Amino acid sequence: MTTVERAAAASSAVGTPVLEVRDLSVTFTTEGGTVSAVDRVSLDLASGEIVGMVGESGCGKSVTAMSIAGLLPDSARISGSVRLEGTELVGARESVLRRVRGKEIAYIFQEPMTSLNPVLTVGRQIGEVLQVHERMSRRAARARAVELLSLVGIPSAAKRVDNYPHQLSGGMRQRVMIAMAVACGPKVLVADEPTTALDVTVQAGILQVLRDLRDRLGTTILVITHDLGVIADIADRVVVMYAGRVVERAQVTDLFAHPYHRYTAGLLAASPTPGKHAGTERLQEIPGLVPVLSTQPDACTFADRCPAADEQCLDSAPPLEVVRTGSAVPVTDHLAACWHPCPTPRTQPQETTA
Amino acid sequence: MARYLVTRAWHSALTLLLSTVVVFLGVRALPGDPALALAGEDRSPEALEAIRHHYGLDQPLPLQFAQYVERIVQGDFGVSIRTGIPVSSMLTTALPVTVELSVLAILLATALGVGAGVLAAVRRGRPAEWLANGLALVGLSVPHFWLGLLAILYLSVAAGLFPASGFVPLLQDPVGNLHHIVLPAVILGTGLAAIIMRQTRSAMLDALSSDHVRTAKAKGLRPRAVITRHALRNSLIVVVTIVGLQLGGLISGAVVTEQIFGLPGFGKMTIDAVFQRDYPVIQAVVLLTATAYIVINFLVDLLYSVIDPRIRVTGDPA
Repeated sequence: MTTVERAAAASSAVGTPVLEVRDLSVTFTTEGGTVSAVDRVSLDLASGEIVGMVGESGCGKSVTAMSIAGLLPDSARISGSVRLEGTELVGARESVLRRVRGKEIAYIFQEPMTSLNPVLTVGRQIGEVLQVHERMSRRAARARAVELLSLVGIPSAAKRVDNYPHQLSGGMRQRVMIAMAVACGPKVLVADEPTTALDVTVQAGILQVLRDLRDRLGTTILVITHDLGVIADIADRVVVMYAGRVVERAQVTDLFAHPYHRYTAGLLAASPTPGKHAGTERLQEIPGLVPVLSTQPDACTFADRCPAADEQCLDSAPPLEVVRTGSAVPVTDHLAACWHPCPTPRTQPQETTA
Repeated sequence: MARYLVTRAWHSALTLLLSTVVVFLGVRALPGDPALALAGEDRSPEALEAIRHHYGLDQPLPLQFAQYVERIVQGDFGVSIRTGIPVSSMLTTALPVTVELSVLAILLATALGVGAGVLAAVRRGRPAEWLANGLALVGLSVPHFWLGLLAILYLSVAAGLFPASGFVPLLQDPVGNLHHIVLPAVILGTGLAAIIMRQTRSAMLDALSSDHVRTAKAKGLRPRAVITRHALRNSLIVVVTIVGLQLGGLISGAVVTEQIFGLPGFGKMTIDAVFQRDYPVIQAVVLLTATAYIVINFLVDLLYSVIDPRIRVTGDPA
């Protein structure tokens, strides 16, 4: 399928899930016992949409992302289902997964310095994907690498293609990573903290590249970040994760306007808002840390850090469902897993979502 | 790159000159008088004086050194005080044996060490790793001469697989040559193989858990491509360094191995020369060893920049 056809197909088919994640659970066996990293996460990625996944360090975002294409180490035990256009990936044979990786589902990682091989030229590293999946010759792959480098906005790509990663700046390296990821026109692009290691101006450029890819190639993108600013900037929908569970899921504007889960509300309150906090008001922090769980309890795992927690929160885990509070008309695609959702929706200034 | 080569070659030449001085003075600082050793029964002052005069030992040191360097440059290492044979002709028979033995030992050790190291890292926590680790421990802890004796006893004498001693020149009879030298080379290479294996294993374990290997997997590459192109290649720096550093041990190991297997190489020549205060031979041997070191260090440095482009040297435009 050419890129044009794919873009056309994408725009007509927005809403069909490309990737369906159902009840995905991941536990690790370590020397200190088992660790439950992801607990029954469900998630749909529609064609051509950008979904943000947000949460603190250790909440299971990256593990979820890695498990999609089976990239976790052998010590991980995965259950549940990940379907790419109907094809089951959990428990699939390595040879099947290898054909999916890089071709159908591609990754961008946080540290472009360490994520690129220091001893190979960037052209070679991009070309490798094409040689494997498109059976291109080394020469053709190199030529295509030059095109891809210009596609992601690298100037004088014909020269840069023979550079080694250490000869490029951080932003350029991340563009190389993106070029590598989109080389085979993947259906899904998983960007794990794509801008965390970059400074803010470079960050904006990288997010623009991702948006362009979605607009031009119809790529579905899952952006994983702890930075709400990135989510507000790029995502259509948001999934909030806490201690391995999805605690809230909504359209990005709805979430920023009315966070229901107490954890989401806490995250938003801990982010600075222009004007509001100028020198007078302290940012609110969420007390405590994300717990490391050996098993998932039948309780709200946020309860011990939550201002609204009561016995019900410790007795049973709240389901992820549409929230009905008071007289407000429920938003059907805004779900939260909370027994005591925030009653009066916090209103966020429009700047954050712009 | 050219500028780097010139700088590096210049440094090497300087090191070589310095080592010549050290060798020259070092030999003369050894206790014992070569004239006495040569004189035998007749130790009259006149006889000693005549010997000293004949070998130029009565000249002032700087003059001796100048003459020495001048001769070396012409490829003349002097005449052995003990045998009267020119040192250069002694070298032409002894050197090929030692070089062949060492090169073969390095090749075998590298092949074995890298192979086992990669296997141990990839099959971490499985029997293959335990086996490789166990063998490496044996290779490190058992001395060469003991292994050599065992090999002669069981493989040569009892099983008759290899000749127990002796040597056939390579050009005269390649098959016979290999037959004679393989066992000594294996014995000489065991320690090096063990060291290389352990270093390769740990470098590979580091590399396999690195971010760029995760990227390689995420690209959908086959395990073999991930291991060789993305993990092993980055681990080779370690291997090259180890081989370069271990060369000294290999040369002294070669001396012992040659004694055990009765190979007419450098080792026997060196030991005889030291016992007899045979200055010209000792100087030649030490100088050649130093030269080998310098050349190999130079090659190792060059290899670094081939393996890892980040080590491209000052003056090289990026």
